[in-house]
Amino acid sequence: MYEFNYHRPTSLDEARKILGDNDEAKLLAGGMTLLPTMKMRLASPSDLVDLSNIEGLADIIDSGDAIEVGAMVCHAEVAASDVVRAAIPALSDLANSIGDAQVRNRGTIGGSVANSDPAADYPAAVLGLNAVVKTDRREISADDYFKALFETALEPGEIVISVRFARPKRAAYSKFPNPASRYAIVGVMVAETTEGIRVAVTGAAGCAYRATAMEDALSKDFSAGALEGIAVDAADLLSDLHASAEYRAHLVGVMARRAVRQLIA
Amino acid sequence: MTENGFGAAVRRKEDYRFITGRGQFVDDINRPHQLYAQIIRSPIAHGKINKVDVDAAIAMSGVVAVFTGADMAADGVGGIPCGWGITSKDGSPMVEPGHPPLAAECVRYVGDQVAVVLAETLAIARDAAELVDVDYAELPSVANLESASADGAPLVWDDAKGNVCFDWEIGDKSATDAAFASADQVVTIDIVNNRLIANAMEPRAAIGDYDAGKDEYTLYTTSQNPHVIRMLMGAFVLSIPEHKLRVIAPDVGGGFGSKICHYAEEAIVTWASRKVNRPVKWTADRSESFISDAHGRDHVSHAELAMSKDGDFLGLRVSTRANLGAYLSTFGPAVPTILYATLLAGSYKTPAIHAEVKAMFTHTVPVDSYRGAGRPEASYLLERLVDKAAKQTGIDPIELRRRNFIQPEDFPYQTPVALEYDTGDYDAAMVKAIELADYANFDKRREESAARGKLRGVGISTYIEACGIAPSNVAGALGARAGLYEVGTVRVNPTGSVTVLTGSHSHGQGHETTFAQLVVEELGVDFDNIDIVHGDTGKVPFGMGTYGSRSAAVGGVALMNALEKIRTKAKKIAAHLLEASEDDIEFKDGQLSVAGTDRSVAFGDVAMAAYVPHNYPLETLEPGLEETAFYDPKNFTFPAGCHICEVEVDPDTGVVEVVRFTAGDDFGRIINPMIVDGQVHGGVTQGIGQALYEQCVYDDSGQLLTGSMMDYCLPKADNVPNFAVTTNVTPCTHNVLGVKGCGEAGAIGSPPAVINAVLNALSDYNVDDLQMPATPERVWQAMQGNG
Repeated sequence: MYEFNYHRPTSLDEARKILGDNDEAKLLAGGMTLLPTMKMRLASPSDLVDLSNIEGLADIIDSGDAIEVGAMVCHAEVAASDVVRAAIPALSDLANSIGDAQVRNRGTIGGSVANSDPAADYPAAVLGLNAVVKTDRREISADDYFKALFETALEPGEIVISVRFARPKRAAYSKFPNPASRYAIVGVMVAETTEGIRVAVTGAAGCAYRATAMEDALSKDFSAGALEGIAVDAADLLSDLHASAEYRAHLVGVMARRAVRQLIA
Repeated sequence: MTENGFGAAVRRKEDYRFITGRGQFVDDINRPHQLYAQIIRSPIAHGKINKVDVDAAIAMSGVVAVFTGADMAADGVGGIPCGWGITSKDGSPMVEPGHPPLAAECVRYVGDQVAVVLAETLAIARDAAELVDVDYAELPSVANLESASADGAPLVWDDAKGNVCFDWEIGDKSATDAAFASADQVVTIDIVNNRLIANAMEPRAAIGDYDAGKDEYTLYTTSQNPHVIRMLMGAFVLSIPEHKLRVIAPDVGGGFGSKICHYAEEAIVTWASRKVNRPVKWTADRSESFISDAHGRDHVSHAELAMSKDGDFLGLRVSTRANLGAYLSTFGPAVPTILYATLLAGSYKTPAIHAEVKAMFTHTVPVDSYRGAGRPEASYLLERLVDKAAKQTGIDPIELRRRNFIQPEDFPYQTPVALEYDTGDYDAAMVKAIELADYANFDKRREESAARGKLRGVGISTYIEACGIAPSNVAGALGARAGLYEVGTVRVNPTGSVTVLTGSHSHGQGHETTFAQLVVEELGVDFDNIDIVHGDTGKVPFGMGTYGSRSAAVGGVALMNALEKIRTKAKKIAAHLLEASEDDIEFKDGQLSVAGTDRSVAFGDVAMAAYVPHNYPLETLEPGLEETAFYDPKNFTFPAGCHICEVEVDPDTGVVEVVRFTAGDDFGRIINPMIVDGQVHGGVTQGIGQALYEQCVYDDSGQLLTGSMMDYCLPKADNVPNFAVTTNVTPCTHNVLGVKGCGEAGAIGSPPAVINAVLNALSDYNVDDLQMPATPERVWQAMQGNG
């Protein structure tokens, strides 16, 4: 790890000021990606701005038709939250499937969403549940948020404050974990929201995306059978040591059907 | 059974300090004024070193020195030696290239050592290491057996034509050819034994500490065999006389074979410590471990089994290519030969066997022992082949094995591949395993799985292994460049407590408990009054360390022989004290008594008399009570057994789950059944790891793709079921303990049982072959007909 300056501001204004004063500064949430990268000397921020001491970033708020999860809420808290469990059990399950116990107790939803690792779980929830990413300057709808591999709509210096999930009518997440890392090789969130059926896929491509053909099929007939025969094109999917694009394409179908079956059961 | 004696499930003495964080591992040791070493390693698989510019690094504040291969060469430092020589079919010796601790001219794998920075802190050493500018001329490379074997392949070593280190054979070729000529049926198989990385929990570490006042060196190192390191490094690399070099391997957190080898870093820190006259410490981080610890396995084989029409095995023909990596590691050449092909008879009476092994250099990390070392490769090949034969002949796999087993009355049994098995009862172990596994009701469980949409399969393997390589003269004739005896000293202290000095080394095996149990059994001394000392060449007589499941079978027997000497001497002292004849003295439960009388003396009083010899037969007996025994076994020991695995395959995804696993093993007599169970659990878990999860992958340019836990998949607790284990005992016939060894069996017997079970689960899919690891995608592809 290279030397860096460590800051622990108590307000967003202070955090913004440090970011503004230092071109090479980075925000630190749970550090589950950034810290290992720094230890490997693959990242060398001049300054780390730790968000853990800023009030209001670590709350889970129930506003009736939605829940708002603060950016600094760790996965274990989401998994254990009665509020989340009552409103969106699929989100509890998803949080509980991330990494291992250590990761779940350090990693945060804000860090995950800001980083947009192609194999992270939360992007499937954000996109599948049509969540809103609230930052220190605006609100970004899920459909506008994920752009590409590790690339989101966030602008330089923009700070994620919370993620707001409207209560779906029903939702389920089905994940095929990488046996080594337990990241998602493929994860599919199927949700019936007030605005219709959404199917979001993580792990398979450069960033989370909506499987629109599946959404259309499920809108007409909400059954696992409706998804049979919907071809997933492997051409745009990732291929690595753990799974070829062809296998990922197959798994997208399997995981989507499993999510649907969970909802029907 | 004595409480805490032989056969008792005594809780491990050493666990208190390990569980409470009080173990003393190499990285826990810090020497006054110590410096930190950072090794600069090659980022490319093959290249010529044009120039190493160290000026910027040396100029950095806090940097004490930077050394390169040229510096070591200028000091006359020798190469890392190989501990085993193999002779090719044509009588030529193996190609044995030089192996300087720091490469001076050429690098040959990603991770090869090029230079070392010594600094006041580790952080400074790491920063400075980035300033060392190495100019490489990159050369073409070969990253695997296939590319190394290709016509015109780039050479790892100019004098190893075709990248062949040796081309070796064992067995009678013409008898085997004749067996095939007369066979009614032949079954063939192509096997890949996947390359693995041991990943001991504790990464390797070393501290070199030169004492200029005495002109003496101490090396603290994560080793399974400190005396072997002292001999190899002292005599061959650094020319330090043995009395001036002390090697200490304190608590060591797992080895699995990867800490047998003498590594460059040990020589680097020891040599550098003298250069700068300060202690030098190096500890690998996990990333460094992946590219510098010896890797394991990595064979590609073709095998053929000739059978009669009734399924009697008539002949076995095996052709194997083995990857040795870029340099010869300490026992690298022995693994795919002496420890592999000699086991190809398995537990069967196959009358004719011929095996040839071509060992190849590649631009990869050197390959050496990994739990089982050669024997898992043999067992996997044979047990897959036998299962395939069962399928091809339509004979039940249990029946086919039983029909070909060496029978109890056949022992001692001379195999066609050099070994002579002393004893065993393979059917008895198999029957026990079959019962414990509830094999008879498998079909019910298969139906129950099917109702849940899962494909259930059962697989069996009946393995044999050879432990405690011996005797030394035979091992020497087979290429060993070291002895393979063991030593034990029993030091009875004046008040009757006992200190044992053993040449065995514990890096998780629990010797402090099991060896103490032997002392309890023989001397009746209280368990808490016994201390087992190991891992320090300054304290322990010259011993050979721990690998190949040899601690009990060789080290334990040496200790028993020393204990017997103590008993004999104690009886003499007691006879004097009790004014009786030595022949009338009985030694039981810590009391020495005159037979048929109530006259007795406690062992502690005998010890006191030996050290305060006021009333003592000084004219006929030396004072003191300390004895040493060196023991060189007459033969290997031959643990054997039967593993039965049940898996469920998810037909939608290809995910394999091990749902039941049963081991019926014959380890001979058992000193501590709890520790033996633990060894089986760990070994089976590593075997399941090889079968389903672990795979070391290089890309075509020789970059390690599986260089972290994110990509190299070790089995986790939720990947294994609770194991059902049982033992069937046939005592070893040639050692006094009757023990055989249990450390590696789990990793030897389990991989074929797992893969046979997966294939059985896929029996409706026409899949007859599947390579390890049976990853979800591999299984799914096979089910799609793309196997």
